Amino acid sequence: MEWYLPVIWAALIGVAVAFYVILDGFDLGIGILFPFGENEEERDQMMNSVAPFWDGNETWLVLGGGGLWVAFPQAYAVIMPALYVPVIVMLLALVFRGVAFEFRWIAVTSKKYWNFAFVAGSELAAFAQGVILGGLIQGINVDNGQFAGGPLDWFTPFALLCGCALVAGYALLGATWLVMKTEGAIAANARANAQTLIVVVIGFMAAVSLWTPLAFPRIFERWFSLPNLFYLAPIPIITALVAYAAWRALARGAEYLPFFCAIALFLLGYLGLVISSYPYLVPPSLTVWQTAAAPTSQLFTLIGTAILLPIILFYYGFIYWLFRGKVRPGEGYH
Amino acid sequence: MAFDQILLARAQFAFTISFHIIFPAFTIGLSAYIATVLVMWLVTGREHYHRLARFWTKIFAVSFAMGVVSGIVLSYQFGTNWSRFSVVVGNVVAPLIGYEVLTAFFLEATFLGVMLFGWRRVPPWLHVLSAICVAAGTSMSAFWILAANSWMQTPAGHEVRDGIAYPLDWFAIIFNPSFPYRFAHMLTAAYLTTSFVVLAVGARYLVAGRHLDEARTMLRMAVGFIAIVAPLQLVIGDQHGLNTLVHQPVKIAAIEAHWDGSKPGDLVLFAWPDDKAETNHYEIAIPRGASLVLRHDPNGLFEGLNSVPAADRPPVAPAFFAFRAMVGIGFVMIAAGLIGVALWWRGRLFDTRWYLALASQGWWIGFVAVIAGWTVTESGRQPWLATGILRTADSVSPVPAMTIAISLALFVIVYGIVFAMGIYYINRLIARGPEGHAGEAPARGLPNRPLSAAEEAGREMFTASGRPRR
Repeated sequence: MEWYLPVIWAALIGVAVAFYVILDGFDLGIGILFPFGENEEERDQMMNSVAPFWDGNETWLVLGGGGLWVAFPQAYAVIMPALYVPVIVMLLALVFRGVAFEFRWIAVTSKKYWNFAFVAGSELAAFAQGVILGGLIQGINVDNGQFAGGPLDWFTPFALLCGCALVAGYALLGATWLVMKTEGAIAANARANAQTLIVVVIGFMAAVSLWTPLAFPRIFERWFSLPNLFYLAPIPIITALVAYAAWRALARGAEYLPFFCAIALFLLGYLGLVISSYPYLVPPSLTVWQTAAAPTSQLFTLIGTAILLPIILFYYGFIYWLFRGKVRPGEGYH
Repeated sequence: MAFDQILLARAQFAFTISFHIIFPAFTIGLSAYIATVLVMWLVTGREHYHRLARFWTKIFAVSFAMGVVSGIVLSYQFGTNWSRFSVVVGNVVAPLIGYEVLTAFFLEATFLGVMLFGWRRVPPWLHVLSAICVAAGTSMSAFWILAANSWMQTPAGHEVRDGIAYPLDWFAIIFNPSFPYRFAHMLTAAYLTTSFVVLAVGARYLVAGRHLDEARTMLRMAVGFIAIVAPLQLVIGDQHGLNTLVHQPVKIAAIEAHWDGSKPGDLVLFAWPDDKAETNHYEIAIPRGASLVLRHDPNGLFEGLNSVPAADRPPVAPAFFAFRAMVGIGFVMIAAGLIGVALWWRGRLFDTRWYLALASQGWWIGFVAVIAGWTVTESGRQPWLATGILRTADSVSPVPAMTIAISLALFVIVYGIVFAMGIYYINRLIARGPEGHAGEAPARGLPNRPLSAAEEAGREMFTASGRPRR
C-alpha cells in the first residue's frame, strides 16, 4: 500500500495531464489559429467547433492541479512557488481567453478586441504551459523539502524553447481538429496549415530530444546507457512514422486520421518526457514517494476517483458523440 | 516570513476570492432557476417559459464563464501563494477539493455544453435534464468547498503529527461542526441573491412596459421565493451564529465587539472598535441585547475578546461592520418579500410604481450580503488559517513580496477589465430582453402541448388579477 499508492496516483495525474493537453490543446490551438480565419464568419465557425467542449476540457487542468495537491502536497507546494510567474501568466491568459468565448458574441464594436483577447490568451496560455513543463524538466532548486530558488529560475532558453514547442503542438492539434470538424475554405486552410505545423512540431520535438540528454546527465543516462538504448529506441522511430502517416493522411484528404495522428505525436512526446523524469515528480530531488500525501488521503480520493472517473468519461464521451459531425455556419445559441 | 509577503498574499487571495464568489453566488441560484423554468415549460408547454429560460441561459453563460476562469485561479493559488498551507492541511483539505472536481466540475462543465448548444440538437427532456445536471453540479460544488472551508473554521476528525494534519475520520471531517449551518446559509444566500436579480429584471421590464408575460412570471416567482426564504435565512443565520458561539466564541466576540466577558453583552448597533485600546468608541447599544440574542437571557454571559491574548484575536472592525451590513441587507430582503406579497395579495404587484422602481435598482444587494458574510467568517477566523492548527502568518510560500505585488496588480487590472465588460454585456443582454417566437423552438423533438385559446385566455385573466390561490 505504502509503495504502490503513490505510483497509481502518479499514473492518474499523468493521465489527467495527458487528457488536458490533448483536449484543451485542440481548443487552445483554435485560438492560436484564429488569425488565419479569413473573415468573422469563418472565425465564428472555428469558435463554434470547440465552444460546447472548452469548459469541460479546461476542467482537466483543475483535476491535474487539484490531483497534484491531493496526492503529492509536497510536490504541489514546491512546484507552484517555483513556477509562480508562468503559472500566474497562464491563469491570467486563460481568464481572457475563457471570457472571450462569451463576450465576443455579445460585443459589437469591441468584437475585434475580444478576437485579440482570444488569440493572445490562447497563445500565452500555451506558451506558459510549455514553460512550466520545461521548468519542471530542467529541475527545481529544493532545500529541506521547500522551494529554495529565485523567482526567475525557470527563465532559461530551454524553458522558452518548450514554450514555443507547445504553441506549435497545440496549433497542430487545432488545425487537425478543424480538418475533422469543418468544411470548405476553413478545412482547406487548416489542412495546409497542419502540414506546415507537422514539420515545425517534429523540429521542436527533435530539438527537445537532443537538448535534454546533452544538458542533463541523468536524462542522458536514462536514454543512452545499455540496455535502455535498445528498449527506448522504438519511441523516436514510432514518432517519425506517425508524423509521416499524418503528413500522408493530410495529403490524401483524410479527415479524421490527421487529428488522431496528432494526438499520438503528443502522447509519444509525453511518454518520452515521463521516461526522462521518472521517478522524480520534482526533478532532480523529489520522487513520487517522498512527496506523497498520507496513505489514507490518497486512498480516500482514489476510491472516489475509481468510481467517478468512469462515469465522467462516459458522459464526457456522450457529449462528444452528441456534437459529432461538421460544424455549419450559424450554428450556436447566440 | 516578511510582513509584506503575508499582507500581499492575503490581499491577493481576498481580492481573487471576493471576485470569484460573486459568480457562484449568482450561478448556483440561476442554474436552479433556469432548470425550474424549463421544467415548468415541459409541464405546461407555455412558450414564454421557454423564452425566459433561453434568455437567462445567455446571462448564465457569461456569468459561468467568469466564474470558471476565476475559479481555476483559486485552485492554483493555494500552491503559488500558500504552499505551507498546502502541505500542513493538504492531507485533509485537498481530497475535499479533489471530490469537488470529480463530482461537480465535470458535471457542470460538460452538461453546460448541452445546455447552451443543445436547444435544437437534443430532445427537450434531455435539454431539461442537462440544465438539472448543471444546477446539481453547482450545488455539489458548493457542498465540497463549504466542507473544506468549514473544516478550516472548525476542524474535526483529524490529528496533528509533527505539525502536519492527518485525517482520521472522513465523515467527521466533511460533516464538521460548522458545515451543515454554513452550507445551508450559503446555498440559501445564493438563491436569494439570484432572486433579487430576477426580481430586478422583471421589475425593469414592467416599468418599461416590455416583455410583460415574462416579466410577470419573473416577478411572481421572485417575490414568492423571497417572501418565504428571506425570513428562513434569518433563522438559519441565527442558528449558524449560535453554532459559532460554541465553536469559535472569539469570532462572535468580534462580531458583537464584546470585550469584557465577565459582564452581559450589549447589542452594539454602531461603534468604532479600537483593537489597541480594547474598547469601543462612539458606541450606540441596546443594553444586554447581545446576551438576550445569544443566550436568550439578559444576564447571560459569553466570552469576550479579552479572554484570549491579543495575538489570538481577529481584527474586530471587519467582522463587526461586515456583520451589520449583512444583517441589515437581510432585513431589507425580508421587507422586500413581505411588501411584495402584500401587493400581490391586493392585486397591485404589477402596477405599484414605487415598488417596481426600487426593485429594479436592487439587483446587487444579495452580492453585497454574500461578500459581507464571507468577510465576517473569514476575518473572524484570524489569526488562524485553520483554527488551532495553522496560523495565517505561517502559511505563505517562499516567494518574494515583489512577485506577489506584481501578480496582485495584474489580477486587479485583468479582473477589473473582465468584470466591467461582463457587467456591461450582461446589461446589454438584459436590455435586449427575451427574444424569439413561439414557433421557433424546439425545432425538433417533442411538440409543445397545445393549449386551447380559451385555456390560455383563462390563464391570462388569472395572472392579470395576480391573486394567489388561498
